[in-house]
Amino acid sequence: MPEPNPILQTIDLTKSFGMVKAAAAINVHIARGELVGIVGANGSGKTTFLNLITGYLKPDRGRILIMGQESTGLPPRRVTKLGLARSFQIPQLYIGLSVLENVLLALAAQAGKSTACWRPLYRGQWLEHGTVVLERFGLQAYARRPVAELPEGGRKLLDIALSFALQPQLLLMDEPTSGVSIEDKFQVMDTLVNVLQQSAVTTIFVEHDMDVVQRYSQSVLVFNDGQVIADGPPASVLAYPEVRKAVLGQE
Amino acid sequence: MTARGWSLTVPIVTVLFVAAPFVVPSWILFILHLALAKFLVVLAVALFLRGGLVSFGHALFYAVGAYTAGFAAKWFGVREALLLVPLAGLFGAAVAAVIGLFMARYRGVFFAMLNLAVSMILYAILLKFYWLTGGTDGLRVQTPTLLGFVPPRDLIRLTSYYVALVVAGIMTYVVYRFLASPLGYYLKALADNEIRIEYSGESVQRVIYATYVLSGALGGLGGVLAAFTVGHIVPEYAFWIQSGEFVFVALLGGYGSVPGPLIGAIAFEFIRTYANKYAPYAWQMTLGIIMLLIILLQPGGLWAMYESMVARFSRRAEGVERA
Repeated sequence: MPEPNPILQTIDLTKSFGMVKAAAAINVHIARGELVGIVGANGSGKTTFLNLITGYLKPDRGRILIMGQESTGLPPRRVTKLGLARSFQIPQLYIGLSVLENVLLALAAQAGKSTACWRPLYRGQWLEHGTVVLERFGLQAYARRPVAELPEGGRKLLDIALSFALQPQLLLMDEPTSGVSIEDKFQVMDTLVNVLQQSAVTTIFVEHDMDVVQRYSQSVLVFNDGQVIADGPPASVLAYPEVRKAVLGQE
Repeated sequence: MTARGWSLTVPIVTVLFVAAPFVVPSWILFILHLALAKFLVVLAVALFLRGGLVSFGHALFYAVGAYTAGFAAKWFGVREALLLVPLAGLFGAAVAAVIGLFMARYRGVFFAMLNLAVSMILYAILLKFYWLTGGTDGLRVQTPTLLGFVPPRDLIRLTSYYVALVVAGIMTYVVYRFLASPLGYYLKALADNEIRIEYSGESVQRVIYATYVLSGALGGLGGVLAAFTVGHIVPEYAFWIQSGEFVFVALLGGYGSVPGPLIGAIAFEFIRTYANKYAPYAWQMTLGIIMLLIILLQPGGLWAMYESMVARFSRRAEGVERA
């Protein structure tokens, strides 16, 4: 029985690139407060799904509803204003600015003051809030350093921190642990899940690593050939033979 | 530069500029005045360079500002500096507000060349509509009055210089505030990552547009101040070579900070004057060589050179103290 007021709902969401159907009539309901993992082999349509939801791509057909509001065809900045934020597989940061300035800009945007052109960016309340955000993500030691000096794991966390600073209702993370070393993977995820649980933000994350998905997500969507072939709690869904075949190539 | 460095540099530079008329000969005062006027336009170009955009057409706003003074005198007999200066800034901003509507959609080479194209349209208009603009003869700009008073003959240059100094001072502060504001940082962020800006809920076009309007005002102000000191304006104010000069000066001084364009503008005017005097047939080559050296040896421009010298000096001073 689908949740009556889902935070995200897609109806027959379809997108093709030439002959390739990257999203084939996808229907999903995501309930508030969930931590949802998306899995699938390369090219199964996971990132396309994220790009469609966040307005980076326009669907050929179908609808997207965020908290009941139509967001189909809206550009990223309008989708963001509906309460959705995203992080990227390759961190999208302002490399020429300091770590703190990156966060301050997100806070300015969240406050609707991004086009303020007289009062300074470095101002009391944002500095305090920015420091709290960086502390939560374990990045406070880098606050005044240029982004270029951050290690890869730190960049990933900062990318997510920028989305988080927008105080979204729904957070989408594209492979939060890709590019992070095996030893650091669980540490990064522990930090993230800890922050997310404190803020009760609904989160969807795309992930390749089955261990990560199994350990952290409350439910899983399995993508294959642009379709959702299974969804439900990770322990049961990831045990389905067709899921293991589609995702891991195992019989 | 550190806060202490700024708190020393700003008063010293201000005193130097205020005292200049009593120390330097009249011809140097003319160069300083012209440099202050051009500094404002270079500042406008430098704003975009910070955002990773280059404009080869900002002479457009320089000409708008200069012809504001020319037309006001020709048609309405207005020569009041306190009226003409804000009017030129306003016209510059208004023209930028219209052109910016489509300019904000473009990046890279298209932004650069579209600016150039629009400035050349204005150049052609100024050239062809002789009855209106004076064509190649240009327009004479009368000595401006200040609060209705015509300055005594000996004090004309001095008055005009101080008007330029005050306007340049105010606009330096305005740009400083702008660069320290969220919008100023978004402009810098533009060079790094447009995707992140859009995913913050901000519009990249809005950032460019707002900057464009400010840059138009700066260009207009630079134009009217130049018109005051030269006393005669011609269509070349809008010509693409003039636009190129502004980009050149921004690179020469350094566009990463507010003082860079000021140092660049002053250095450029002096280099041009001396190169013209001592190598009249090779002054452009002299400028070219200097530009080449700057790009190869100090890409941050003259201001970055000064900053690294100060840093080296203070490190050495610290070393002496510790010893």
